[in-house]
Amino acid sequence: MIEHVPLLAMEGIDKQFSGVPALVGASLSIDPGEVHALVGQNGAGKSTLIKILTGAYRKDAGMISFTGKSVEFTSPEAAQRGGISTIYQEINLIPFRSVTENIFLGRALKRYGLLNWSKMNEEAEALLRRFDVKIDVRQPLFAYNTAIQQMVSIARAVSFQAKLVIMDEPTSSLADHEVEVLNGVIRQLRGDGFSVVFVSHKLDELYAVCDRVTVMRDGRSVATARMADISKLELVATMLGRDLQTVKREGQTAFHGAGHASDRTLIVAEGLRVGTRVKDASLSVRAGEIAGLAGLLGSGRTEVARLIFGADQPDAGTITFDGKPVAFRQPIDAIAMGVGFCSEDRKVEGIVPDMSVRENLTLAILPRLARSGIIDEARQSEIVDDFVAKLGIKTTGPEQKIRELSGGNQQKVLLARWLCMNPKLLILDEPTRGIDVGGKADIQALIRALADSGLGVLMISSELEEVIEGSDRVFVLRDGRTVAELPRSAVSELAVMTAMAQGEATADGRVG
Amino acid sequence: MNFAMQLLRSQGVLVVLLLLILFGALRYDHFLGQFNILSFLRYNAMFALIALGMCFVIMTGGIDLSVGSTAAMSSVIAAYVSPYGLLPGLVAGAAAGLAVGVLNAILITRLNILPFIATLAGMLAASGTGLLLAHNESIGVSYDSGFTDIGQGDVLGFPIPAWLAILAYLLGSLALNYLPFGRNVLAVGGGEDAARLMGLPVDRVKFTVYALSGLMAGLAGVQLAAQFGAGQPTEGVGWELFSIASVVVGGTLLTGGVGSVGATLSGVLLLGLVFNILNFENGMGLVSLRAHWQSILRGAFLLIVVIIQSRLALRVRRNA
Repeated sequence: MIEHVPLLAMEGIDKQFSGVPALVGASLSIDPGEVHALVGQNGAGKSTLIKILTGAYRKDAGMISFTGKSVEFTSPEAAQRGGISTIYQEINLIPFRSVTENIFLGRALKRYGLLNWSKMNEEAEALLRRFDVKIDVRQPLFAYNTAIQQMVSIARAVSFQAKLVIMDEPTSSLADHEVEVLNGVIRQLRGDGFSVVFVSHKLDELYAVCDRVTVMRDGRSVATARMADISKLELVATMLGRDLQTVKREGQTAFHGAGHASDRTLIVAEGLRVGTRVKDASLSVRAGEIAGLAGLLGSGRTEVARLIFGADQPDAGTITFDGKPVAFRQPIDAIAMGVGFCSEDRKVEGIVPDMSVRENLTLAILPRLARSGIIDEARQSEIVDDFVAKLGIKTTGPEQKIRELSGGNQQKVLLARWLCMNPKLLILDEPTRGIDVGGKADIQALIRALADSGLGVLMISSELEEVIEGSDRVFVLRDGRTVAELPRSAVSELAVMTAMAQGEATADGRVG
Repeated sequence: MNFAMQLLRSQGVLVVLLLLILFGALRYDHFLGQFNILSFLRYNAMFALIALGMCFVIMTGGIDLSVGSTAAMSSVIAAYVSPYGLLPGLVAGAAAGLAVGVLNAILITRLNILPFIATLAGMLAASGTGLLLAHNESIGVSYDSGFTDIGQGDVLGFPIPAWLAILAYLLGSLALNYLPFGRNVLAVGGGEDAARLMGLPVDRVKFTVYALSGLMAGLAGVQLAAQFGAGQPTEGVGWELFSIASVVVGGTLLTGGVGSVGATLSGVLLLGLVFNILNFENGMGLVSLRAHWQSILRGAFLLIVVIIQSRLALRVRRNA
């Protein structure tokens, strides 16, 4: 079936961003009429590769050939004209405009020099009918749900005579039955001779609809295989950079640093559900332990953390804190009960770059430091000096602007911000992301010390070692569901990866 | 359902406009008299032109603060050129406005300066240039060259400024609804990133609307000079806010992406009528309403519309 002249061949693609390599000799080859999965962890280079293909970025080196000709698109517009249409993760259409317009913008049908609305409406209807979508195309796009909007995107791509349609996480905001419809459409596209690049983290979907898969890691294309020839576990191992044979041989590993988890359960979350991202998540954290929350990108880890912190409200499920059922309506309620949350995006949601270390550190505790609105500066300095010393924050002084600190020290300030509130539970979302090796070990040791002192820690991490070596228990999320709860004795790379891939844990691991 | 709502919104202005006219007609003699109607239309034609340009700018999600002082500057230039005849005066004023518009457009699209700041600079520059050229004084226009016809003349018993405004609005409506340009304007305002990814000529669209807005302000300046017989460098203060208000009252979203040319005209007339009715009310001598009341009433209209709009925007966000 598969022809030997590829529709698209990208080879040896290099790309650096201010000296940091994002792609190193990456490659991608797509055959005509195939649905090709592109997978990889965060930062593996998938989106950079796609953006180079579609002209959003320029490559530093390498070659791209499309339909047998060497090409280099300079803009998304040029790529679109050349036959490559992209459907982005966030639906990139214009909500206020009608369905028809969203399909025909940039390619208007005219009569006597004026727009021919009736013709465009007719064609839009016909296009959508091909995908079994029957809607009033004159309505503004926002009147319809995400799945329909996605179909409109696809219809637009098809109407632009695309040969290759790139779908960047198209299912991330779809409900299960909508995913089915989308899969049907993708199969139909393939049947009509289109090629599709399918970027997703949901393994089941890849296996349901894709012919081949290319795995990226650290800016390289590390494997390309037929879906039929690669198991889910192999796929996950490849994404995470593990040699499956070695992992299997080593089996369970012993880890240093025993936890002192008490029997006091701090928080229990059961059956959490919100939107389409979190379907049935349960976990618990005991005082004095580090509970790891593992899962592939898009499995709903951060969303679960936000639910526990009260930043979002669950559609269903219960949360019990310190033995009492709670429903945090907003973060401040959770904070009042002793929950702290260091978010994943330190730069955007954490630090205030132009404020000093002192100001950043005491931002959350200010209300408690103020007496009739005036801040007790002596207490403030005391707290700051105390934590700078205790956490070993490397700074020229409390008045140094936090943006001048290294990533690891910024993270310490953020930890201190929560610690000075005397929390019982600390939620850490990717606590060591973007921090250099030395800083990383520092932070990890600090987290362990905090747990040893009785704090409950819920740690989200994409790094397998971090979760495995750092946690006393590991919960594995897969597609919005808790699929495994692994006690320390059962935690191993193989067990975690198996749960991520198949929703099953090995040997001692309990299956949720 | 949503189109019905959109319709109601655009027609809502029209309904209020008609109610206001009915109120005036019932309450005041001569309100529907030929003199009042024609002078009302003649005077408000200037604002209609400016609001039309502003409408397109706002539909892209931008703003043009320079229109008032651009009109003032253009009135001075038109007045200086008026001895050479109607056409030279008209072209000179329009070109002056276009020049400011193009300057704004370059700042915004090439140098990526925020429209608010770029046109604020344009506003100050145009205002200064007008005052400089006129040496802080009004510049009388030539009454012999026929220049004043464009402001004071009639065709078929109807004021020429009103004819011009009607023509401009017809063209504007056509461009918005039946030319790719108009749809691109709405697409850029509805989602600039999406429009870029769709391959639409975003910068060209933005360039065009600011240039157009400048041109409209220039034409309004020509009207100002021709109707009042003088180029007036100190006029035009607050016109930008009045025209933004007209556009918004007409149901165009300040954040861009939704708008209507026809409803903008309704907005201009509605806010103009508030002033007209206040004049009549004072003329009746029963109560003496200070002119400040017109600002308060206009402000109230504006607020009501903006509240309705923000609720709509909220609904869209929920659905997105």
